[in-house]
Amino acid sequence: MLRYLGRRLLQALPVFFGATLLIYAMVFLLPGDPILALGGDRGISEALAEQLREKYNLDKPFIVQYLLYIKGIFVGDFGTTFSGRPVGELLTQAFPVTFKLAIMALALEAIFGVGFGLVAGLRKGKIFDSTLLVISLIVIAVPTFVIGFLLQFFVGIRWGLLPVTVGPNVSFTTLLMPAIVLGAVSFAYVLRLTRTSVSENLTADFVRTATAKGLSRPRVVTVHVLRNSLIPVVTYLGADLGALMGGAIVTEGIFNINGVGGTLYKAIQQVHAPTVVSFTTVLVIVYIVANLFVDLLYAALDPRIRYA
Amino acid sequence: MRDKLDRIDRPDQSHFFASLDDAVLDEVDVVDETAAPASLWQDAWRNLRRRPIFWVSAVLILSAVVLAALPGLFTKTDPMFCELTRSLDLPEPGHPFGFDKQGCDIFARTVYGARASVVVGVLTTIFVALLGSIVGAIAGFYGRWFDSLLSRITDIFFAIPLVLAAIVVMQIFKQYRGILTVVMVLAVFGWPQIARITRGAVMSVKNSDFVTAAKSLGASRFATLVRHVMPNALAPIIVTATVSLGSFIVVEATLSFLGIGLPPDKLVSWGADIAKASRSLRDQPSILFYPSGALALTVLGFIMMGDAVRDALDPKARKR
Repeated sequence: MLRYLGRRLLQALPVFFGATLLIYAMVFLLPGDPILALGGDRGISEALAEQLREKYNLDKPFIVQYLLYIKGIFVGDFGTTFSGRPVGELLTQAFPVTFKLAIMALALEAIFGVGFGLVAGLRKGKIFDSTLLVISLIVIAVPTFVIGFLLQFFVGIRWGLLPVTVGPNVSFTTLLMPAIVLGAVSFAYVLRLTRTSVSENLTADFVRTATAKGLSRPRVVTVHVLRNSLIPVVTYLGADLGALMGGAIVTEGIFNINGVGGTLYKAIQQVHAPTVVSFTTVLVIVYIVANLFVDLLYAALDPRIRYA
Repeated sequence: MRDKLDRIDRPDQSHFFASLDDAVLDEVDVVDETAAPASLWQDAWRNLRRRPIFWVSAVLILSAVVLAALPGLFTKTDPMFCELTRSLDLPEPGHPFGFDKQGCDIFARTVYGARASVVVGVLTTIFVALLGSIVGAIAGFYGRWFDSLLSRITDIFFAIPLVLAAIVVMQIFKQYRGILTVVMVLAVFGWPQIARITRGAVMSVKNSDFVTAAKSLGASRFATLVRHVMPNALAPIIVTATVSLGSFIVVEATLSFLGIGLPPDKLVSWGADIAKASRSLRDQPSILFYPSGALALTVLGFIMMGDAVRDALDPKARKR
């Protein structure tokens, strides 16, 4: 188990350095001089520009900039934005919000996706199943931002059921609608995955054995069918946490949430490498950890899997 | 013991064999021995034809492709021609969907928007399938350090969220925004999924007997890979590519929606139109319906096609 963990963490190292280097290089290539942009229309004196460039390490070659940045990360210094705020502060401000949002979306899609998927899989080919399939297809096909606008317009503005935007007051009720929007597409995928998996397992030998030895239907379905069907679903959910946090840019924009997406979008337009790279780095770490967690969860779901 | 058994008189078994005179040799001779047995693909096609979902998706895809290729057949109005005096005018003869806030004809814009979506989707998928299957095949087939290196590179690209990377790169190529830029950006960051699937498929067949047979008959490693291993990985690649075609269309729309995809002054994109419509949502909510409906139907077509093809190619799912 520990050896397996160690090997996985070693494998994650190149991913960590590769992804940060790649993003850093991409931001380095962004057009526009951020220092000159600081001066706005009035411009900035050559001496001051020089001084600022030195302060932000912009006068050094690319690879030196990157290494200095990585060195900073390991001592907890994520750099400072051009307006003087430490990037670390931005991180601790934005990530909890997006993390809450992503966890809520993940919980919603897991509960409803697995629930409906189970029922659909048990009644494959019946009217309830077909209806759910059509709904899931529509949810996948309609882009997130359209679902977002429609929900915001009808649930928020017309009917006034939920708050329209989030803004500074982050709470369960304000985040509920964005979480539904963010998790909608994945909900449809989880539903379809669970459905296929359940209907496949229903004809498996171990289910026939369980029924034959006299177990009740609910017990067969929950303990034998569902537990085995969850393995692909858990894989998907694990990979999805990272995707939800990174893909929240649109949802956060629509509902005015001050999270990762909004901050990143601003930083990209201001050509600020440390912010973009720091945020992406944390996203990559979330992705790696979530996937590792999923692999460990396999062992709990399927006793045949053991990590040596 | 054996001897004893053999000597036991058995009931006459001769009636189990038809006598030679009864065998209809002529009819047996009719079997065409040159015809190949039904391949996976013929089988899949036979299965596919019977599925209504296949025909529905085929019609959706075909309509999108016809709209993309020949938009002039459906409307004579220039989608770029807008009159502010007609802002938010209701539908009228010749302009069935009405006008948006800038006074552009919504029907014309919906028709012309198909081109960007279809071209981006199809081209990106072709590039992604090529790049992904080549990387995956090399990693899976040659193994060893090739595999370690390529798998780590795949991991790196997989770990970076697609939309995020696309935003940064689109920002780099600010001056060169166009269909090809979007295609390149999506292809560079979209290939890892197919690479992983190809690698898995290649690894699962590379130790099969028919691969060993090909090798022992003197086929080179490259020929073995291309002629014997890759055809077996083709089915999952095609299925994944069809489904992801729909999602690439969505990502293009997302980028255009954020204002960093296709240039709005040169190309019509449903994503950009949705963004525009969302700003006049309170005055005229129905405007949002047309570009998003068209986008959703196109994406739906490709996703359903992927589903149908997957079911047809998967013998396990075919039984039911």
